[in-house]
Amino acid sequence: MSPDPTERRLDDALLDVEGISLSFKGVKAITDVSFRVGQGELFAIIGPNGAGKTSIFNSISQVYRPQEGDIRWKGTSIMGSRPDRVAELGIARTFQNIELFPHMTVLENLLLGRHIRMQRSWLAGALWVGPAKREEMANRRAVEDIIDFLEIEQWRKHPVALLPYGFQKRVELGRALAMDPELLLLDEPVAGMNLEETEDMARFILDIREELGISMILVEHDMGLVMDIADRVLVLDFGQKISEGVPADVQRDPAVIAAYLGDEAGLAAAGS
Amino acid sequence: MRGRPNLYTSYEAETQLFPTTTKKVLLGVGLLVLVLMPFDLWVVDQIPVVRFLGDSIWLRLVNKMLIFIIGALGLHLLSGLAGQLSLGHSFFGGVGACTAVLVGGKASTNLWGWGMPMWVWLPAAGVVAALIGVAIAPTAVRVRGLYLGIVTLGLVFIGLHLSRVFPEIAGPGDLGRKWPRLELRFWKEEDPFLDFSRDGHWFWFDVSKHQKTYFFLLLLVILMAWWAVNLGRTRTGRALAAIRDRDIAAEIMGVPEFRYKTTAFALSSFYAGISGALFASFVGQVPPEQWSLRASVTFLAALLIGGMGRVSGVFMGSFFVVMSHRFVEEIVDWAKHQAEGEGLFSSVFDFFISRGSGDGGLISVAQTALGYPLPASALDEIIYGALIVIFLLFEPLGMYGIWIKVRNYWKGWPFSY
Repeated sequence: MSPDPTERRLDDALLDVEGISLSFKGVKAITDVSFRVGQGELFAIIGPNGAGKTSIFNSISQVYRPQEGDIRWKGTSIMGSRPDRVAELGIARTFQNIELFPHMTVLENLLLGRHIRMQRSWLAGALWVGPAKREEMANRRAVEDIIDFLEIEQWRKHPVALLPYGFQKRVELGRALAMDPELLLLDEPVAGMNLEETEDMARFILDIREELGISMILVEHDMGLVMDIADRVLVLDFGQKISEGVPADVQRDPAVIAAYLGDEAGLAAAGS
Repeated sequence: MRGRPNLYTSYEAETQLFPTTTKKVLLGVGLLVLVLMPFDLWVVDQIPVVRFLGDSIWLRLVNKMLIFIIGALGLHLLSGLAGQLSLGHSFFGGVGACTAVLVGGKASTNLWGWGMPMWVWLPAAGVVAALIGVAIAPTAVRVRGLYLGIVTLGLVFIGLHLSRVFPEIAGPGDLGRKWPRLELRFWKEEDPFLDFSRDGHWFWFDVSKHQKTYFFLLLLVILMAWWAVNLGRTRTGRALAAIRDRDIAAEIMGVPEFRYKTTAFALSSFYAGISGALFASFVGQVPPEQWSLRASVTFLAALLIGGMGRVSGVFMGSFFVVMSHRFVEEIVDWAKHQAEGEGLFSSVFDFFISRGSGDGGLISVAQTALGYPLPASALDEIIYGALIVIFLLFEPLGMYGIWIKVRNYWKGWPFSY
């Protein structure tokens, strides 16, 4: 029996989340959740509303500080780092409710994504001529590649607040890509999209993995999408991990069916 | 690429501040007008408004406006760009002014002063204000919005208190002291090689002190506005704008919030310090009360009226805030003459202007007590307050927003809809 390719990758996991628990006063958002994401993997986290999916993202980007457990990036703990340090390590993310900078144009939003890959200080910036200008031009080039990749050429100079919802989602993905990440956290990238837009987004996600080789964690409610494109799936319910594995296995897991459809359905599935 | 103003063939061409030929020509003409404005030339006399701005009395006000613009540019960086409300902007102006007088002023028995030349005290005023901005930032960065407004408001009163504690710097009592003049020396020698505070000759021309100061300030404003624009369009400016729009998202995108807010405070205080130092030495002697809450609010008003977050808005707002007082005065004066005269519309003006008691006019030129009829002396304040309310309600982008609307209307004309 040949070893499972996904298992082999996990030996040198990119991200290693180990037994994290997060609570706000009495409310337990996450309880003892562990998982690992390997190089080049497309990992999905699913679960009913309020299961703690976004809390896990916020814990990884250190907006929330889990009280217990450890999060390791390439073997080094990132617990206690500031969010901007986490971003510099190569972890980029998008948000469930679009968190673009509404008064800035698409270009400016994408260039802001390049922030961590740029060096020039305010002094060089104020003088413009020379280093700052060169850096702007170079990063503009990098941003144009992303604009091409995501097919948002016509929106380049529009303030993002004026863009249609679907394109805002795309710009947000672009901003995360502009950070040159190694791991991309996608929080419901196709929420509220129609079939066509969902297909587009799925294509972009697959392209990101194929062409750019970026690992991804995907939080999504669109089960069709998750089951089609994810390598492995983690299922959460009330902050606890109830299942983990390849999509086909997870779909058959009685605990998962119980979480989504209710106990009786789960019991029936277990009994059959 | 003639006739295709929106076609760019390089990123460099696209990032120019004045990308099209039309804009370049307008910039050139505008600069030429600004340079010729203070002189009594036939060409200048043909341009409305600019026609009289070059007159000596007005030019003094224009100079005040230029100094004000530098301070407003500072608040633009902090409030317009980084979105941090500050009511303590005048405090940093005071810090700059006090630094200037300490470094550049003359010492006496009860006053401190090192008598350095302007090229030392002017940058020092900015740098010291910036350093104090950095020192205060850790307290200010923790709070947001209205709370930040209150924290910075406290600075104004701390500043006033400190000026009483150190009369050796700020001058005794409510009088203030003599500030160093606007003049360039190499070091502490007797005669300055460039003197902006006395009338004199430049090449073949007689130039008054206001004309000299005007050119010096114009250069400084252009330079500092250019820095502010550049900051806005590069890495630092984007980081500040990101913090303004969504601070937590900005942090997750890799913008260290604390560091950039501190940077914003430092840069803004630098501008305020320069502006304060220039103002004090331009006026010659200012009491510590100059750096009051009222001055801070005036800076905020300039940003609001001009348009938040735009350097061109800073110019428009400053023009309005500094000059409106004089304009209202002139207009009321003119209306009064019309009402007194026998012209065709004198009864129309008489309807608005009240010259004594029992006259039913709306605006009184005789009374100063608030009430009906409105005293002319308070009219500019009333218009100013009303405009802030109107802009906040109907045009949050200020005069800049109006300009954009007008421009877009004519861009599409005759198919404006």
